[in-house]
Formats: sequence, structure tokens, C-alpha cells
Amino acid sequence: MKRNITVFIIILISFLLQSTVLPYFLFASVGPNLLVIVTASFGFMRGKKAGMAVGIVSGLFMDVFWGSSLGFNMLLFTVIGYGNGCFKRLFYDEDIKLPIGLIATSELFYGGVTYFCLYALRGDFAFSSHLLSIIFPELVYTILATLILYQIILHINKKLEAEEQRSASRFV
Amino acid sequence: MKIKKQSSLSSKYWLIVLSAGCLLLMGVERFTDGGGPLRFIGNYTVVPMQKGISYVGRYLSDLSDNFDTLQDVRDEKDALQAKVDELNIENTRLRQEQYELERLRELYQLDENYSDYEKIGAHVIANNGSNWFSDFTIDKGSNDGIKVDCNVLAGSGLVGTVTEVGPDYARVRSIIDDASNVSGMVLSTSDTCMVRGDLSLISDGRIRFEKLANNDNDIQVGEQIVTSHVSDRFVQGLFIGYISDIEVDANNLTRSGYITPAVDFSKLQEVLVITTTKKDMTGERESE
Repeated sequence: MKRNITVFIIILISFLLQSTVLPYFLFASVGPNLLVIVTASFGFMRGKKAGMAVGIVSGLFMDVFWGSSLGFNMLLFTVIGYGNGCFKRLFYDEDIKLPIGLIATSELFYGGVTYFCLYALRGDFAFSSHLLSIIFPELVYTILATLILYQIILHINKKLEAEEQRSASRFV
Repeated sequence: MKIKKQSSLSSKYWLIVLSAGCLLLMGVERFTDGGGPLRFIGNYTVVPMQKGISYVGRYLSDLSDNFDTLQDVRDEKDALQAKVDELNIENTRLRQEQYELERLRELYQLDENYSDYEKIGAHVIANNGSNWFSDFTIDKGSNDGIKVDCNVLAGSGLVGTVTEVGPDYARVRSIIDDASNVSGMVLSTSDTCMVRGDLSLISDGRIRFEKLANNDNDIQVGEQIVTSHVSDRFVQGLFIGYISDIEVDANNLTRSGYITPAVDFSKLQEVLVITTTKKDMTGERESE
């Protein structure tokens, strides 16, 4: 229960930051995507199901407040959470390369799918210009944000896990 | 403990179930308003938080403005004073013309005056967090008389239209958004054109215009573009921006180019919403 509430608060804070505070720190009107970081990190830290749960909540926030159709981002983020969950076996706390690689891949996936579904299907085929002006800058920003946000999430997750182990060992 | 540990479905099935659910939601949205109850809940949960955060942000930026040096403030005052003088002279001239115009209008029995639309002010409380769209949320909604399709201004220029309204918030799609189309007109010659937002131009702060007839009217860089009389969503005569680039298309029938908008879209804090929509105005006239 405590874990669920904590995770929900993390998602909520990332969402609020992304829409209210971060626009003040933008260059060239492109900013990092914090919800992808949260979804992907819970995916590879906690497994497929946790990743999907976090993904669907993040997607719901995006759809209701920023999106045009309910369900699109929910689906996209669920898939991102699931995909990152597949890498749980390879994940170690100390290794920062795998998280950054996975988050970058998720971000590229997010950008690509968003472009394809919301722009290419409308007949806008200027992929290279969108790639250079939106997808790549967003990727760079997201990786920079990962270096900070991921450490915080990792720390919170460690605390929660330690607490859960303590309360579980009480029953033994 | 063992029994509780694993839920019966494996994660693969969960993925399929959730995906199907999302697809269903997308399908259902075609037929309904979409997200109605969720947006209602959001109005009383998330929007107040956004209002709080943006209030703190405004307070802090006001606070940092207090640390401007006296020299800066003085320079700004001088510049503004010069501007006021210049505008005063222009205003006198325009007022004379206004009297003349009113007299002529009376002669022609044209009593429509488009300049006095009823407006209310609103604060921008949140931007769109994804980089693919350019819309924002303001802190007034249907309780303050805002409706879908209301036009939104900042300073003197057009910002966009309201696309979604909640009780205490409204979402505004700006004219630089990729899905935005505005019917515009060149102020001096009254030739109409389409002003179309473009995602790849957002970072440049420019908008593209198209389909301006290639007729004998000579249109120069720097001319003003306003919303046209044929638009069904925008009231007439709202200032969009200045032409920064114009050229004749390959078909030799139309002209296109770029507009520098009158509004700086990256730093929007306060906006004005015109509470009468074009539909209200045309509807009124039909019923008369």
C-alpha cells in the first residue's frame, strides 16, 4: 500500500513538473520527458507488471491533460513499461549504463510512435526535420534528466524494498 | 504467504488485456465526448495543484524582477516614455480618422463595430508537457463564461482558440500548433490567406501562410495579417503578425510565406479570452 501511494506521488510530481515548472528551463521549446523515465525505471527495477501499472497511470495523465484521444498514450506507456520489464534480470543497482540505454530506447520509441501515429498518418512526412527538431533534442534532455531523476527513484525504491523486507521478516 | 504471492494471470496476458482496453477506449472516444468524467475529476484534483505551482512560479519571477538594477529600470522607463509619446501622436491621428469613419458608416448605415469584444483575463497555469503539441491550460473555465471556440489574445495579438472547457479550467490550442488553421487576411488589401501552424517552425517562432491570391495587389514584407471576415471560428480583425517572407508559388496563382507572430509563445503568462464566439455573433444576426 505504502509502495503504491509513493509511486503514485512520484508520477504525479513528475507530471506536474513537466507541465508547470520545466517550461521555464527550456531551450528551443523542447523539454525532457519525465514520465518516460519513471515508467521505464519502474519497469526494469520492479518487473513487467509494475512497469505496466506505472505506464498506464502515466499514460492516463498524459491523455487526460495533454492528449487529444484517451487511450493512445496509455497503450504506448503500457508497452514501454512491459518492454523495460523484460530487462529486469539484467539490472543491477550499480550499473548506470543499462538504465540510460533503456530509457533512451524508450524515449526513441515514444518519439517514433508519436510521430507515426499523430503526424505521418495525417500526411506529414517530414520525418527528418521532426527527428532533428523534436526527437533528438528531447532524447538529449531526457538523458540529462535521467542522471538526476533516476538516482532519486532508485534511492526511493531501495528504501521501500528494505522496508518491505523488514516487515516480511517479522512473519518468519 | 505463498498463495498470495503470484496473481493467476501472467504478465503477457495482462499486456494483451490492457492493450485491448486502451484500443477500446480509443474506439469509444469516436462516439462520445471522451474523458468527460475524468476531466471533471481532474478539474477538482490536478488543476488546483497546477494553479498552486504556477502561482508560486509567478511569485518567484516577480521576486527576481525586484532585483533589476535602477539603471535598467530607468532605461526601460525612457524607452517606454518615448513609446507613449509616439503612440499618443498616432492615437490623435487615428481618433480623427475614427470620427470620420463613424460618420461615413452612419451614411452607409453600417453599424457593426468589431473592435469592442468583451474580454476576460486569465493566467496560464500549465503547458503541454509533450513536445509534439503546443497548447496550454488557463485558470478560467465555463464558470467564467468561457466556451469552446472562444478566441484567446495576449497583448494585442492572437494566441489561439479554446478547444476544451472544464468548470474551472480551459485548454487553448495556440495558432503555432501543427493542427491549427486560421483564415487570415492582409490588412491593407483584404486579400485572404490560410495561416497554418507547423511543428518544425515552432522553435523558430514563425508561422506559415498559404493560398494568398497572386493578384495585382502588391504585398510587401512587414504588412500586417489579421483574422479574416470569412473565418467561422475567429472573430474578425484580430492581429496575427507581420509578414516576414513572401514569395510566389510554383503554380503562379498563389503566394505563400512566413509570418512573425505578434505574440511570444514561449513566454505566455497572462492571456485575454474573448467570451463571444463567432458562432454567437453570426447566430444573433440570423435570428434578427
